[in-house]
Amino acid sequence: MELLRFTTAGSVDDGKSTLIGRLLYDSKSIFEDQLEAVETASRSRGNEELNLALLTDGLRAEREQGITIDVAYRYFATPKRKFIIADTPGHVEYTRNMATGASTADLAVILVDARHGVLEQTVRHTYIAALLGIPHIVVCVNKMDLVDFSQEVFSKIEQDYLAMAEKLPVGKITFMPISAKFGDNVVSSSSNMPWYNGGTLLNLLETVPVGHDLPQQPLRIPVQHVIRPISDKFHDFRGYAGRLCAGTLHVGDSVTVLPSGKRSTVESLWFADKRKEETFAPESVTVCLSDDIDISRGDLIVRSDEPQPVTSQDITMMVCWLREDKLQLGKRYLIRQATAETVGMVKEIEYKVDINTLEQLKGVSELNANDIARIRIRTAQALVFDSYTANRTTGSVVFVDPDTNDTVGAGMII
Amino acid sequence: MDNNRKLTHLKELEAEAVYVLREVAEQFERPAILFSGGKDSIVVVHLAWKAFYPAKIPFPLVHIDTGHNFAETIRYRDALVKRLGVELVVGSVQESIDKGRVKEETGYNASRNKLQTVTLLDTIEKYRFDAAIGGARRDEEKARAKERFFSHRDEFGQWNPKNQRPELWNIFNGRKNMGEHFRVFPISNWTEMDVWQYIYQEKIEMPSLYFTHRRQVFERDGQWLAAEPCMKLKPNEEVVEKEVRCRTIGDITCTGLTLSHAHTLEEIIDEIAATRVTERGGRADDKRSETAMEDRKKAGYF
Repeated sequence: MELLRFTTAGSVDDGKSTLIGRLLYDSKSIFEDQLEAVETASRSRGNEELNLALLTDGLRAEREQGITIDVAYRYFATPKRKFIIADTPGHVEYTRNMATGASTADLAVILVDARHGVLEQTVRHTYIAALLGIPHIVVCVNKMDLVDFSQEVFSKIEQDYLAMAEKLPVGKITFMPISAKFGDNVVSSSSNMPWYNGGTLLNLLETVPVGHDLPQQPLRIPVQHVIRPISDKFHDFRGYAGRLCAGTLHVGDSVTVLPSGKRSTVESLWFADKRKEETFAPESVTVCLSDDIDISRGDLIVRSDEPQPVTSQDITMMVCWLREDKLQLGKRYLIRQATAETVGMVKEIEYKVDINTLEQLKGVSELNANDIARIRIRTAQALVFDSYTANRTTGSVVFVDPDTNDTVGAGMII
Repeated sequence: MDNNRKLTHLKELEAEAVYVLREVAEQFERPAILFSGGKDSIVVVHLAWKAFYPAKIPFPLVHIDTGHNFAETIRYRDALVKRLGVELVVGSVQESIDKGRVKEETGYNASRNKLQTVTLLDTIEKYRFDAAIGGARRDEEKARAKERFFSHRDEFGQWNPKNQRPELWNIFNGRKNMGEHFRVFPISNWTEMDVWQYIYQEKIEMPSLYFTHRRQVFERDGQWLAAEPCMKLKPNEEVVEKEVRCRTIGDITCTGLTLSHAHTLEEIIDEIAATRVTERGGRADDKRSETAMEDRKKAGYF
């Protein structure tokens, strides 16, 4: 069975958690004891109806405040697919958690409250979803029951959203009028909106193509770990362990190890005690080469006959700053990219994006939490990378503050 | 083959878990696998074997023994350790009680489940483990649904769920200060069904407790519990013999048994597909309050 990873985003109280509760509930993925617990919890909070958000808002603070603070992952399956949902928070102060949930998604469901239309958080989340390269966005106009299931309201929001999204590198966008609370167009079609015949959300989730072209991309294996058993049986075994983030590799292929540029040939491919003739993304594998060359964690194995990545100390990227400690020009950050780690410094903030107008603000010297900007960094060691649009693994970078060890920024290489 | 390079969901989940385990080997100095004897930790050990083959698993197994384990659990553990040639570290809750580190609960529902946290944190400190790999899954419980793959613990072993580190893509940040450690969950994204289908696919040998067997049991609060010496029966509780199996294995005091006729892995998979109750529905330790798991996790629980 295929796996689809999707995320839900949108502003506070747009009903994200309720929508997920509804999807799980109507697809019969909630178990009796979970339902019982939600019923009890709803009652003790004085909620008149079943509060489906309590299914995913699992933390004490979330339940007390009635908000989502961190991503909740939920799992369900239909006869057609398996789904991993990342239910992300709407509050601007928890944008870092929204980005966490969205970074691995194939599809984003962005909720808009039919009464409020496109808000700043709608734009921010759409921008982040676009930056993170999520190929498909579904805009669910929620709470249609509160606007008398009006087609005009829906069309107006659709137009507003498209006018905003025009300025962004967004993939495919689908619009859907729903009521998460009552289930209209979530799992079953709504009889309240005869003017809409675009199908239900679940139907779309089951049929949207999942981007499985990774094996056709140029090979990239970031080396994680060197396996050297030093046992009698495997005395000379030296295997390079890693996960293919793109491409296909066969025994006998010529490979180049970067950044050194040394070449060799694939002697054998292993996964556990099985030898393989071929491996493809996103498999984890162990590669043995015919020459004894120096390879260590952080190196990148590529095929010699395919397009090569860039090796450089100067890197331009879009960055989403995640923490209250400001991004400072000239401060040393630890830069993590695939399995490589080095020290880097932000040399220039080319511009910061004004999230309301989507204009580029020049002359900025620091970034605050949730800011999105285009920056240029210089690293102590050269990194080997692709653009983020070409490869989500070799094109992404994380900033770690060496003073706090915290992850403070996420970069997407241009 | 050429146009058919697609991974099944099980292969994809396996590749992800192996990636996480290899990251642990590189990012930490003294990692260990927390081994409970349950199916999830058995799968984690199997994945670790695959991740580092032909080298040995580069982590010891740590078992926090409440002293109330099923005999089968201990036998399975010892056989596994011997077969893989890995080191076993046992943290004993009984020892923590004897030393006065914790006080045994009293009453009919007394359990050593909560006491384990102290023994676990003491063991982590004693052996200076800086990463403890666990088999917890996000689909098990609503607090676990929130947890990162690499989950930071402060010097008191506490989890701060309100302020977790951002964890984007597959870049895991295991940096920490002295005395802090990480909990790592390679099978975060697996469901109970995935675990059983994987066990079936990989033909992993499982403890007999998971298959239906006849056992002396008694009923309490709508649950079947094993009538073992460590269980104190209320006057109205009656011991009967039933055909049961474990859906999860904790220690005896908190493991609810399922009436079942599942003798094979296929039958277990069919049974799970038809069930309407979650696996932790049988765990008394989760029922103590609405946020029982979060509260225990904040304090340093598995």
